[in-house]
Amino acid sequence: MPVSSSVKTPAILDIHDVTVAYHRKPVLWDIDLEIHQPALIGIVGPNGAGKSTLIKAILGLVPTASGQISMFGKPVKRQRKRIGYVPQRESVDWDFPINALDAVLMGTYGKLGWFIRPGKPQRNWAHECLERVGMADYADRQIGQLSGGQQQRVFLARALAQQADIYFMDEPMAGVDAATEQVVFDLLRELRSDGKTVLVVHHDLRTVAKYFDDVVLLNMRLVAHGPVDEVFTQENLIKTYGGRLGILEDAAEALRTQEKSQ
Amino acid sequence: MISYNTLIVLAGTSLLGACAGLVGSYAVLRRRALAGDALAHAALPGLCLAFLLLDEKNLPFMLLGALISGLLGMAIVSGLRLTTRVKEDAAIGIVLSVFFGAGIVLSRIIQNRTTSGSKAGLDSYILGKTAGMIASDIYLIAGVSLLCLLTVILLYKEFKVVSFDPDFAVVQGWPAFALDMLLMGMVAVAVVIGLPAVGVVMMAALLIIPTSAARFWTEDLGMLQWLSVLFGTATGIVGTYASSKYGLLPTGPVIVLVGTGFFIISLFFAPRRGMLAKFFQEHRFEKQLAHEALLRLLYEQVEKCQSANKAFSLVELEPQFSGKPRQLRPLLRNAIRANDIKQDRHGNYTLTTSGMSRAVAEVRVRRLWELLLSEDAEAVHSFQERESRSITELLPAEKFAKLESRLADSGREPICFPTSN
Repeated sequence: MPVSSSVKTPAILDIHDVTVAYHRKPVLWDIDLEIHQPALIGIVGPNGAGKSTLIKAILGLVPTASGQISMFGKPVKRQRKRIGYVPQRESVDWDFPINALDAVLMGTYGKLGWFIRPGKPQRNWAHECLERVGMADYADRQIGQLSGGQQQRVFLARALAQQADIYFMDEPMAGVDAATEQVVFDLLRELRSDGKTVLVVHHDLRTVAKYFDDVVLLNMRLVAHGPVDEVFTQENLIKTYGGRLGILEDAAEALRTQEKSQ
Repeated sequence: MISYNTLIVLAGTSLLGACAGLVGSYAVLRRRALAGDALAHAALPGLCLAFLLLDEKNLPFMLLGALISGLLGMAIVSGLRLTTRVKEDAAIGIVLSVFFGAGIVLSRIIQNRTTSGSKAGLDSYILGKTAGMIASDIYLIAGVSLLCLLTVILLYKEFKVVSFDPDFAVVQGWPAFALDMLLMGMVAVAVVIGLPAVGVVMMAALLIIPTSAARFWTEDLGMLQWLSVLFGTATGIVGTYASSKYGLLPTGPVIVLVGTGFFIISLFFAPRRGMLAKFFQEHRFEKQLAHEALLRLLYEQVEKCQSANKAFSLVELEPQFSGKPRQLRPLLRNAIRANDIKQDRHGNYTLTTSGMSRAVAEVRVRRLWELLLSEDAEAVHSFQERESRSITELLPAEKFAKLESRLADSGREPICFPTSN
C-alpha cells in the first residue's frame, strides 16, 4: 500500500446516511454521497424526488432526521464562509425595496461580520460580480423591475460575491431566457476553471451532458453518482424516473445528444 | 399656547410614531402586518390582569403584562399554524378576537369591582388617550423608542438580509431565527408602549400605515424607513394635537385618520408608483401603441399602391383601422402634430419623410416579430416575461442577423418610398 493513502485530504462534501422527513413522511432515504474532486455536478431526478431538499438539508435549511454531513472535513455550520447559495427565484419577494446592487452586496455580508456595513471595496466588488453576469447596467434598478432571467442573474452575482469554494444552485436555469442560460453556462465553466465545486439542481435532461461533469441521479434515494458518461445511462434513468413515458422519451433524446457530443 | 404637559405628551407620541414607523417597516415588508394587529389586541387581557394583581395603575407593570399576553397570543398563532390545519389568517382572527374579548370582559370586571378612582383609566387603553399621561410614562415610551432606533441602526444590514431572504441569511451563518424574533420582539414592544396613547384597537395601524404610505415614494429600504419614521412622527404629533384640541376625542382613531391622510396623498400623488402617475403612464403607452398602429396602417396603404404620393381620406382609412373608429380622428391630428403625417388641401393624409422612415421601422420590427413567431413559437414563449419590447435585445446577435436576412428573402422587407416633400 502506498503511504500517501493514509493521509487523505478531507472530502469536499461527505454526506453519510442522511434521511430527511416532512411530517413523518420521508423525503430522502439514507443518502450517501462523497465528493472528492472539484467538479460541476448536476442533481437530476423527477419532480418530488427531493432534489431541492437535498441541497437544503446540506445547508441546514431543513432538519435532517438522521445522518452526518461534513464539508472540507468540518461540520457545515463551521464552513459558512466557504458556501455560495443560489436559491430558487420564487423564494423571495421581488417587490422588496432594494436595487440589484444592494441584493448583490448581501453576498458580502457573511465575511463582513456583525454590525459592519459594506463600504467602498464591497460596492466595487459587487459591481464586478454584476458585470460578470452582464448586469452592470442594471445596478440601480429596483429588483422588481427586472425580468425573470435578470433576477436570476442577480442571484448568481450575489453568490459570486460570496467568494465561496462550494456553490449550491437551485434550478438556476428554470424559466430563463436564452441570454441568461448562456450566462449561467459560461459562469459554471469559469467556476470550474477556478477549482470550485458547484452542485446544481437541474430539471432538463437534454442539457445534462452539456453542462455537467458529474451527475447525481436522485429519486428519494440516491440512484447513482459519478461522471456523466458513466452514470447517465438509459438503465439508470429508468431506475430514476420509473416507467414514465414522456420522461423516458426525453431521456432517450438526452442519450442521443450525449452520444453525438462524444 | 402649548402647556408643558402637552409638550411632554407631544414629544412622547412623536417618538412613538417614529418608533412604530421604523419597526413597522419590517412587519409590513415581511407580510406580518396582521400579526402586529393580533399582538395589539392580545395585549389587553395582560394589561388588565396586571392591574388586578397590583390593584393600582402602575404603567410599567401593566405594560409588562401587556407584552407577555401579546407575545402569548403570537405564540398561539404560530402554534396553531404549525401543528394544526388552521391557516395563519384564521389563527390570527381567532387569537385576536378571543384575547380582545377576554380583555374587554376583564376590564368590565375591574370596573364593577373596584370603587377607587383609578379604575377609570382602563377604558382609555382600548381607544387611546393621552390626556392622563404623566411625564414618567412619556420617559418610558421615549426610552424604548430610542432603544429600538439604536437596534435598527446597529443591525441594519442583518435585518435587511433576514427580511429579504431568510434562507440565504441562514446559509451565510446569521442566526436568522433569533434576528427574526428580535424584530418581532421590537414590534411587540412598540405596540405595547403605544397602547396608552393609541389603544389596542388602532395600534397596528400606526405600524402599518406609515410604511405603506412611504412605499409609494421610494424603492430603497433605507429611504423607506426614514420616510416611514417621518410619516409616523408627523402622524403622532398631528393626531395627538388634534385629539386634544377638538373636544378630547380618543387619540387612537384620530391618529389613524391623520395617518390615512398621508396614505391617501401618497396613493394618489406619488411619482411612478402613485395612481395618477400609473394612469398617465398607461395612457401614454396606449397612445403610443395606437400611433404606431396608425403609421403601420398608412405604410401598408402606400405599399399597396407602391407610391407615397397618394393621399388617403378618412373614409378610406376607417375600414382598415383596427381601433375604435372615433379614435381615428384624434390620432391623425396627433400624428400631424408629431410631424409624421400631413394633410393636403382636400383634407387627405400622406406620410411625411420623417413619418415614412418611422413607419418603415415600425413595420419592419412587426414583420420580424411575425417571422420569429411563425418559425419558433416556443422560443418566443420563453421571452414573454421580458419587459423589453425590442426584438434586438431579445435575440442573440447572430440569430437576429439570420432573421433579418430571412425577412429580406421573403420579399416583405419594407422600403422607404420617396415622399413628395
